[in-house]
Amino acid sequence: MKKLIVLSLVVFFIGFLVACGGNKSSDNTADESTSEEVKTDENPSYDPQRGEGKFTKIDVSATLDAEKAELGNKVFQVKCGGCHKLTDERLVGPGWAGVTERREPEWIMNFITNTDEMIDKDPKLQAQLELCLVRMPNQSLTDDDARNLLEFMRKNDGVK
Amino acid sequence: MNSDYRLTGFLCPVKCKSSIVQFKKDKMKLIKNSVFGLSALALLLSMNACKPKDAGSVVSGDAASKTYVAPGKYDEYYNFVSGGFSGQLAVYGLPSGRLLRVIPVFSVDPEKGWGYSEETKPMLNTSHGEVPWDDLHHVSMSQTKSVIDGRWVFVNGNNTPRVARIDLKTFRTAEILELPNSGGNHSSPFITENSEYIVAGTRFSIPLDDQNGDVPINTYKQNFKGTISFISVDKDNGNMDVAFQLKTPGVNFDLSRAGKGKSAGWFFFSCYNTEQANTLLEVNASKNDKDFIMAVNWKKAEELIKAGKGKKQAVKYASNRFDEKTHTATSRMKNEVTVLDIKDHPGLVYMIPCPKSPHGVNVDPTGEYIVGSGKLAAILPVFSFDKMQKAIANKTFEGDYQGIPVIKYEAALHGEVQKPGLGPLHTEFDDKGNAYSTMFVSSEVVKWNVKTLKVLDRQPTYYSPGHLMIPGGDSGKPTGKYMVVYNKITKDRFLPTGPELSQSAQLFDISGDKMQLILDFPTIGEPHYAQAIAASAIRENSTKLFKIEENSHPYVSKGEGETKVVRKGKEVHVNLTLIRSHLTPDNIEGIKVGDEVYFHATNLEQDWDVPHGFAIKGALTAELLVMPGETTTLKWIPKKAGMYPMYCTDFCSALHQEMSGYIRVSPAGSNVAISYSTGTNQPKSAVTAKK
Repeated sequence: MKKLIVLSLVVFFIGFLVACGGNKSSDNTADESTSEEVKTDENPSYDPQRGEGKFTKIDVSATLDAEKAELGNKVFQVKCGGCHKLTDERLVGPGWAGVTERREPEWIMNFITNTDEMIDKDPKLQAQLELCLVRMPNQSLTDDDARNLLEFMRKNDGVK
Repeated sequence: MNSDYRLTGFLCPVKCKSSIVQFKKDKMKLIKNSVFGLSALALLLSMNACKPKDAGSVVSGDAASKTYVAPGKYDEYYNFVSGGFSGQLAVYGLPSGRLLRVIPVFSVDPEKGWGYSEETKPMLNTSHGEVPWDDLHHVSMSQTKSVIDGRWVFVNGNNTPRVARIDLKTFRTAEILELPNSGGNHSSPFITENSEYIVAGTRFSIPLDDQNGDVPINTYKQNFKGTISFISVDKDNGNMDVAFQLKTPGVNFDLSRAGKGKSAGWFFFSCYNTEQANTLLEVNASKNDKDFIMAVNWKKAEELIKAGKGKKQAVKYASNRFDEKTHTATSRMKNEVTVLDIKDHPGLVYMIPCPKSPHGVNVDPTGEYIVGSGKLAAILPVFSFDKMQKAIANKTFEGDYQGIPVIKYEAALHGEVQKPGLGPLHTEFDDKGNAYSTMFVSSEVVKWNVKTLKVLDRQPTYYSPGHLMIPGGDSGKPTGKYMVVYNKITKDRFLPTGPELSQSAQLFDISGDKMQLILDFPTIGEPHYAQAIAASAIRENSTKLFKIEENSHPYVSKGEGETKVVRKGKEVHVNLTLIRSHLTPDNIEGIKVGDEVYFHATNLEQDWDVPHGFAIKGALTAELLVMPGETTTLKWIPKKAGMYPMYCTDFCSALHQEMSGYIRVSPAGSNVAISYSTGTNQPKSAVTAKK
């Protein structure tokens, strides 16, 4: 009796599998999730001098634009000063002293406006991330904010 | 399994007790009438014959591919689902059924600080004081030209009568308006086709707010009145106001829908308890063979109000609005409402008889057909707007109800759907002229054609469905791909979780002739009505952060330079900033036992998805969860001297565990001065060593 029950269950189960089998094979054909872009590690187009972003050529005069620098100071107080000191001392991110001597104006302005892409692509920023361990956030700066901040950084580096 | 399922409709637990009693009673009546009795039997048999062998077999093999949304891909629809007795609004993605967000509305939500932060407390204020909970049933999205426009979602609070508006830019509750002269706001917040008004019909009639309510309960017939509120919606900012109220005979208003197209100037309300019972309603409010659908000519009501026919009535109700620039809610108490007594204005309101305590009333996309769902009836009546207008013109009335003309049933009737199932509750529409109705008692959803009234398909649901939803399904432009049914009973649908279970929702593919069940998903609270909109219509408008430049909170700190701690007597205000990965200030001394300390925390981040949390040991409140650019306030009254850590609760960066600080609390009479800092309060030894 027991055997009979087991047998009938097995037969039923096989019948079930057969009945449902037809659907399964058609299932796999409609997979749309394979269309992701393949990213390569090499990045030949990246320009480590200019960085990547909308700024290609920034005209910087030998002397300071004091008005711009003052506007830049205001942006610094709200959006940057929480993490950066004006000395060479690291807080969350590196201190700003000397940054305009180490980096091109275009690089600076691209980095502070196109932050995520630059961190992903720039070898020096990746090295910096290993030191600071906090990804610099995009602080939603306008183009003017970025230019004014550059001028404020120049002032901090002694441009008169 | 089979018998288990079949029993559910009839032997379901406490929740639907009343329906069972009513159904038994109905059955008794039916047996007396043998012809009808036989047909009912045939109906039961035919339904059993349609039932599947087991729950698994109704799901066919391609269901998974229809609901699978690959990792990183987006859902096609946002589905806004009422959270019922949770008081909140849930947002799901369709077709995946993934829970995207729970928006706190009427209930406090410690996770988000909703109702705990000083800025959000006023949102829950009412004429009764701060109410921390409500029962959220229905969802209406704003419409333009009878199409859902994706600007706002409106929801109702059933218990302490309120309506709320959720802004779809921020997915936050922007406004909560209390309703005077209401005993419970169920028939709400249904909307007109250009969002001129949302309505609120009282479920419980009561003596109105300016009357003495201290009367014997059994004086319902003399003293109890119903009201319908028409709430205006500002075209530009969505702000709501009670434009006017209609005073009606004392009945229970259940649900409602606006007309559309040719019937756009009308609003339809289902009424039950036209018996005016005040006790044992399940028996005493089920005596009449027919109750009513109340048809209101709201354009005429608008004219009467403009002509000064309304009467001012003294009331008290709260209007609470959240300002996105100050990040702060304000609660204002209002003290007057304009009321039109419907019996004084012939031509304003008509009653259409509708069998057996109608629950849902739904208007088809053309605005011509009005479906009543008598929850105890064995048919679904469908009324015709044109026939109703003709009956009004010809005065084809069968009498009056408390002075309101009652149109002859047959004169307004387009026809009846025969044998739709047992316990019809709600109806939605697709883009092909079909209607879909839920059958609570027989646990199924039934598809039928609006013009021919022929039943086209029926599918079981698991179990006892309440509302159902098709994206756009109550608007002038429904879609025809998905339908979700929200069930009242879950039983064996998911892994058991003790006596309390999540309620289930079921997604159907309705693109073919037959409805196909493709997904079950659990919900929060108890889902009632819902709405959905194509994700593409609102996705791009979603706010990512609040601009710190635009923050006009009185205690904002725009940068760490503006942080401070200021004592004003026993009040201490801490202007504090949050940025990865420190608090400024993070060392605070000079706080004393019994001080009222307000921490005004500003998140200085200006990037998407970088919230910071804020919590203090022992504070008798919830955390704050502060979005980028926002300022939010935690109030704390320390009760004992000692050292109190504070920290960020939302893992924000690799140095999140470092994002913390200390508050020193001294005894009440202490002379420790206020001091505060970040990074400079070093040990004396370290300072001397440097020197």
